[in-house]
Amino acid sequence: MTKVKFLMLLHERLAGLPLDEVEERLSFYSEMIDDRMEEGLSEEEAVAAIGTVDEIVVQIIADIPLTKIAMDKCKPKRRLRAGEILLLALGSPVWLSLLVAAVAVVFSLYISAWAVIASVWAVFVSLVGCAVGCIVGGIGFTVLDHALTGLAVIAAGLVCGGLAVFTFLGCRAVTKGVLILTKKTVLWMKKSFAKREGTV
Amino acid sequence: MDIQLKRGLLDVCVLAAIKNEDSYGYKIIKDMKPFIELSESTLYTILKRLELAGMLTVRNAEHGGRLRKYYRITDTGRNRIEEFKADWKEILSIYQFVMKEDDGCDKG
Repeated sequence: MTKVKFLMLLHERLAGLPLDEVEERLSFYSEMIDDRMEEGLSEEEAVAAIGTVDEIVVQIIADIPLTKIAMDKCKPKRRLRAGEILLLALGSPVWLSLLVAAVAVVFSLYISAWAVIASVWAVFVSLVGCAVGCIVGGIGFTVLDHALTGLAVIAAGLVCGGLAVFTFLGCRAVTKGVLILTKKTVLWMKKSFAKREGTV
Repeated sequence: MDIQLKRGLLDVCVLAAIKNEDSYGYKIIKDMKPFIELSESTLYTILKRLELAGMLTVRNAEHGGRLRKYYRITDTGRNRIEEFKADWKEILSIYQFVMKEDDGCDKG
């Protein structure tokens, strides 16, 4: 593949992302290819040494923050005409409420993900609390000549302790799972932004 | 390797590659190659991160009829290298302790 074709392909695949980010990266890759060619590699070899377009696109999309992509989308690409501004103002009760709803949905999904993590860890903390409380209380009962009650409470504490160990493993897995899911969702949103304009 | 640890190490490696003289992307990759393989995409991300953190500055200079970006380390970048050296002494002593314990287990 020639350098021009490689850069054009990359530009096409990143069309939906912020233009300044894309241009800066393209000039970085262009410089890298030129430097390799200066060292004696052929154009094809120099392009191949950079990596495949697919790999580069995935890494670039992952690197650019979602907030930057979203803000870039909201920015008008050209100066708006008076008629367009008027239309926007008149339609604001509709599009503004839809936009607020969309932001609220994304925000609530994010909060829900963290709420799941917080609730499973709360279960773990309460089990640990029960275990400690029961064991201390059980020892107290035993000392106060209620040995049978004390032993029963200590046993309950040990059960809570055992459950806490299992819950800890579950909490770790849930936290990891939610974080991976969040990461994948953000990546998917970014990819769909890039794709939408790339296909136009 | 842990991602955060690797990220920190790569940052210091790139800073070390420009600590004696200004350098450009491809030269940084070449200089690091005997020690660590780095892709262009990864290097771009690191350079951008270091620039935002004020550890290096970038300038364009004409080279062979085209512009090339040169990276220069700042005092903050040099401080980061020094911090790394100090941290590394501690990590090395922990590593030696871990290895000693492993040897003890193996012999046992």
